[in-house]
Amino acid sequence: MPDLIGLLGYASGFLTLALISGVACLGLNLQWGQTGLFNVGVAAFMAIGAYTAALLTTAPTDGRLGGYGLPIVVGWLVAMLAAALASALVAVATLRLRKDYLAITSFGVAVAVLTVIRNADRFTGGSFGISFIPRPFAALADRPLAFGLTNLALVAMIVLLVYWALERLVRGPWGRVLRALREDERAAAALGKNATRYRLQAFTLGGALMGLSGALEAHLIGFIAPDNFEAVLTFQIWAMLIVGGSGNNLGALLGALVVSAIWSISGLVTGALFPPEEQARAAALRLVVIGVLLAASLVLRPRGLLGEQTRISRHLAP
Amino acid sequence: MNAQVLADGLISGAIIALGAVGVTLTYSILRFANFAHGEFVSWGAYACVCLAGALGVWWTPGMDGIGPLSIGWNVVFAGLIAMLLTGLLAIGLDLLLFRPLRKRGAALTAVIASFGASLALRGLIEVLFSSEPRYLSQDLQLAIPLGAGIKLTPDQIALLGVTGVLLVAVQLLLTRTGIGRAMRAVGENPALARVAGIDVERVFRLTWFIGGALACACGILLGLIVQIRPAMGSELLLPLFAAAILGGIGSVPGAALGALIIGLAEAATVQWLGAEWRSAVAFLVLIGVLLLRPMGLFGRPA
Repeated sequence: MPDLIGLLGYASGFLTLALISGVACLGLNLQWGQTGLFNVGVAAFMAIGAYTAALLTTAPTDGRLGGYGLPIVVGWLVAMLAAALASALVAVATLRLRKDYLAITSFGVAVAVLTVIRNADRFTGGSFGISFIPRPFAALADRPLAFGLTNLALVAMIVLLVYWALERLVRGPWGRVLRALREDERAAAALGKNATRYRLQAFTLGGALMGLSGALEAHLIGFIAPDNFEAVLTFQIWAMLIVGGSGNNLGALLGALVVSAIWSISGLVTGALFPPEEQARAAALRLVVIGVLLAASLVLRPRGLLGEQTRISRHLAP
Repeated sequence: MNAQVLADGLISGAIIALGAVGVTLTYSILRFANFAHGEFVSWGAYACVCLAGALGVWWTPGMDGIGPLSIGWNVVFAGLIAMLLTGLLAIGLDLLLFRPLRKRGAALTAVIASFGASLALRGLIEVLFSSEPRYLSQDLQLAIPLGAGIKLTPDQIALLGVTGVLLVAVQLLLTRTGIGRAMRAVGENPALARVAGIDVERVFRLTWFIGGALACACGILLGLIVQIRPAMGSELLLPLFAAAILGGIGSVPGAALGALIIGLAEAATVQWLGAEWRSAVAFLVLIGVLLLRPMGLFGRPA
């Protein structure tokens, strides 16, 4: 039954990519959903993670600096560190200012990071990107289905781990302080909570998860290029969070699945409906769909599919 | 120092200024950073190019260019109508998206909503007009030497004049008219302004209209010197924000001065580092302002 196997392969590929976006969406949920911090540069932090991991783990290549052939796990950890460091710098520069300044600055980071990876050819391969990024379980690569399913299982385990850790964090005292700051900074400050420090921690940790997501994408696809990290990616992650339910980690993951599905289906539909020479327009139509989905869900269903739970602690009934 | 760099910086500064004034006004009066502002620039340019084409079909006299300019009267009239339409587009977006959020007290999410709207608006341009570049004029213009090694085309000189007139008009509106005072009052304190009998929603609509119309002018003038493409506005967004923050949120002269500084910095970067690094300039200026003087040149501490 080759069709069923093909379908299974497609489904596992789809789920893998959706869950990878889910990791970034969990990071954004920590920043925006729990703490109320705008990040309009999600794609930039993912790019930092992806390129860091790729530079560390690829084999040495002529004409490109980097390529240290390090183990994949090392690449992922350093990718998280690099994205965390970039997030911390942005946060330090803007957190004491107006809330929107973080949005504008992170947007600026997105523009600047794209400019750098497009033009620093000797590190990033310029607009050609980096290929031959080592893939986990490469020994299985000649059996596509087993390879796909093993990688899906790996990503699913990472997502579960991240989800579990975040749930522990946000349901504990640390998460309560974040939400208190989001709702009423003065009241939280009056209780002696250092607003800037908590926000810095949340923004940095969220950025680290975005870096991890970018690194996973680099290694699971095996190829990265600047075009993968355009503003569209940031839009998608935001749409996932808003549609799924801001403030709810399960909602962030559900949103990742739903929006990825809408994105894939709209791609199939526009691919079938539009002639090849109109495909660029068809791609633009998908942007309209995601943009309208994001705006409409903010206006019509601000809670998203799964809203934020009102339960403060498991020791307290709502 | 190359004098032509100054002239190039002045030109791009003038274009950025028109957009930045809209950003600074909506930011101070509506109280959020509107990420869809760049799309008003693109929509304005496309509206103008379409209307100019339509006008040109049945109205040939004066098409060849006004005096030494490369554009005809059809572009001028199309531009005026396009400014009106883009102003209405901004009001429409407010009615559809930002007003409901405002009413629900979810003003904070307006930033994200504007981000989604910008994607939809940009995609829609590409769906409607494809990504093929458009031109307001296909004429090649010769630059006129103005002395001191500076050369400008007649279009560029007209661009500076139009920008100057529009900026002065907005500043006069804000400082010398009743509705301008009302706008500044809402920018200072919306609750107090409402108590004082100001129709705040009317002020909001006028702010959107002015911001949209100026963004349209920005797009048209940009379209005179570069191609009109769907991404032209979104690529301009960071310089617009950087100029508004550098000038101090709410200040029209500040936005103009901030835009000039960014225009000059961009021109210098293009001259000495290469055009590919241009888009990083606004980011560096932005970071510098936020670290050194976050209230901007003419702003007050928030």
